[in-house]
Amino acid sequence: MKKQAYTFREGFSDGIPIGLGYLSVSFGFGIAVIAAGLSPLIAVLISMTNETSAGQKAGLDIIVACGGLIEMILTQFIINLRYSLMGISLSQRLDGSFTTPWRMLLSFSITDEIFAVASTKRHKVGVKYFAGLATAPYVGWTLGTLLGALAGTLLPDVVRNCLGLMLYGMFIAIIIPPARRERGVLFAVCVAVGLSCLFHYVPFFSFLSGGFALIISAVVAAALAAWLFPVASPKEDLPVEACDEEVAS
Amino acid sequence: MNGEIISGLTIGRLCLYIAVMAAVTYLIRMVPFTLFRKEIRSPFFRSFLAYVPYAVLGAMTFPSIFYATSSLPSAIAGTVVALALAFFRRSLLTVALGASGAALAVELIVTYLL
Repeated sequence: MKKQAYTFREGFSDGIPIGLGYLSVSFGFGIAVIAAGLSPLIAVLISMTNETSAGQKAGLDIIVACGGLIEMILTQFIINLRYSLMGISLSQRLDGSFTTPWRMLLSFSITDEIFAVASTKRHKVGVKYFAGLATAPYVGWTLGTLLGALAGTLLPDVVRNCLGLMLYGMFIAIIIPPARRERGVLFAVCVAVGLSCLFHYVPFFSFLSGGFALIISAVVAAALAAWLFPVASPKEDLPVEACDEEVAS
Repeated sequence: MNGEIISGLTIGRLCLYIAVMAAVTYLIRMVPFTLFRKEIRSPFFRSFLAYVPYAVLGAMTFPSIFYATSSLPSAIAGTVVALALAFFRRSLLTVALGASGAALAVELIVTYLL
């Protein structure tokens, strides 16, 4: 079955809900940057060059703590490792317009949400669609960061500190529903939280800086969960396989 | 002014941090997307990668969330409200605003009423 490639316009409209969602998440990040004592310009610069919530927050924490560069590299590597898998998975769903230079350019836009939408389209996606899809989220991410940072500089301390909970609130909102549904996720979260608290409260572990404590907690928890609760088949862990190859081509 | 933006952090150091963050994040996205044309088959590694985001978010949120506001009681109130709203599957924005609102309410009560 022959089908015309999805247009930029279709991609753009698919990206609008993601962009709106990003507005609020990045608003929380903007606030967090100001609360850490840095400027709105820095907040926007980080968002425009990274476009990832957990990685940016962890990076911000390391910056504030004046952590080491190795710590920064490893933390970003572990936190964002999932994008590698998404990239590999998504690379099977691209049409011929995705030449190597386009892949190198547009890979910047792989986020959880963009991946989910692009990889569950019925037909393979092309450069135009993907560029359209990536546009609104990028604008939303940048604009939300700016608005959050400006709000952070204008609001009184007590309000700003409370808004600092927004980002954590969103993290909780991301974790809890799948943790209710899947025992493996619940287990991974509990182990990670337990280790993180252990490293924070037990004086023996005070030699571990924040970034390394985070890496160890996350890697140990995810590895134990993967060992005890393997994701049953490749069809369950990623939305991409929801659309099978034969139907799509 | 000694060139530090916040304690111990110069503008040069800050720019270096941001450049490193951006470079690592970009390479992680770009290299597999550009070079790989095959699926990862290892069930353990697939499962590991599927669990990493949740483990990261969990470890990043706790115990840091307890120190995110001006006082412990407001942070605990925000945490409890966030957990409850998330348990009942409210949207990200609802949970985020609910947590902030609860914390603010407690801060105001502690400041003005007690």
